[in-house]
Amino acid sequence: MDATPESGTATPIFDAVASLLREQSAFALATVVEGPGAGAKLLVRPEGTMGTLGDANLDRVVERDALGELAAGRSGVRNYGEHGEAREDHVRVFIESFAQPPRMLIFGAVDFTASLVRVAKVLGYRVTVCDAREVFATRQRFPLADEVVVDWPNRLLDQVGADLGQRDAVCVLTHDNKFDVPAIVSALATGVGYIGVMGSRRTHENRLVRLREAGVDDAGIARLRSPLGIDIGARTPEETAISIVAEIIALRTGRSAQALSASSGPIHD
Amino acid sequence: MREILSDLERWRRQGRRVALARVIDLEGSGPRLPGATMAVADDGEVAGSVSGGCVEGAVVVEALEVLESNDRRLVSFGYSDDEAFAVGLTCGGTIHLFIEPLDW
Repeated sequence: MDATPESGTATPIFDAVASLLREQSAFALATVVEGPGAGAKLLVRPEGTMGTLGDANLDRVVERDALGELAAGRSGVRNYGEHGEAREDHVRVFIESFAQPPRMLIFGAVDFTASLVRVAKVLGYRVTVCDAREVFATRQRFPLADEVVVDWPNRLLDQVGADLGQRDAVCVLTHDNKFDVPAIVSALATGVGYIGVMGSRRTHENRLVRLREAGVDDAGIARLRSPLGIDIGARTPEETAISIVAEIIALRTGRSAQALSASSGPIHD
Repeated sequence: MREILSDLERWRRQGRRVALARVIDLEGSGPRLPGATMAVADDGEVAGSVSGGCVEGAVVVEALEVLESNDRRLVSFGYSDDEAFAVGLTCGGTIHLFIEPLDW
């Protein structure tokens, strides 16, 4: 029998890792995997570090490298000398990046939204549902969403747009030009990687006219995925959600979204 | 680690010892990227995964040994041909794992 239950053991680094994961903060965890002090850890955040790899100079060099890996969203092994020297392999350090989850903003609190929230959560997105209509944009309808915001989409984008990047997505499901057009114009002003807009072919044609009137140029139109999703014959809200996230993944990876059985070549890059 | 956080916290609350196995490096084709994590409690309960299911059984054995000896180790799994019960990845890649007790 184990006489000393582990709950009695202090695990300060793990406790910090757990709370940073819960807060969805960005950090990197460096671990010596080979060399003196294997298992030693350094938790690295832009605000500072916790723990030590056993040498102050090594800590300094690994802190710098870990912040670089974190910014790039990469995890991997790097080799150092005992005091952090480059081009030596006395110590091997695994740097694991925990980037903030990508964000998905879904505009329009409709049935398709509830399914898209579910699928986006499976993929690890931090999901915000936004609709100006108070009766539709409720927590009860979207229990899995990280936030439900009652406001005009373009006003939400004015607040958070500057933080959006390549990994993030905006999905406009409103089908109402009154909301869609300002939302799309605002989304195009951000660096967001994916802008998908729902609607039939006819809605799409009509919306294009409105967007042109609002001053959107060819480059802006070309950035839109409208109608959004890949063609898998989706009919239900759930199937449509799969079609949308499949398009987001394929756009990120630059793949063609055809069946693997119909192509050859490596499955993973 | 994000996906298995609630399991890790529950096991620790229950006073169980835990080993963590993390993919640290990958050569060739492999199903999971560096950072993929599997945790094994001292009674053999498992959370998470490090491959497509090819090597998890062997990782449990290694992880329980790590808990027994209280040391840490690097373990690699490479290509497995069709020999019965050989442990390895059928996809042709090699994965390198670091297995350690969660005592930090």
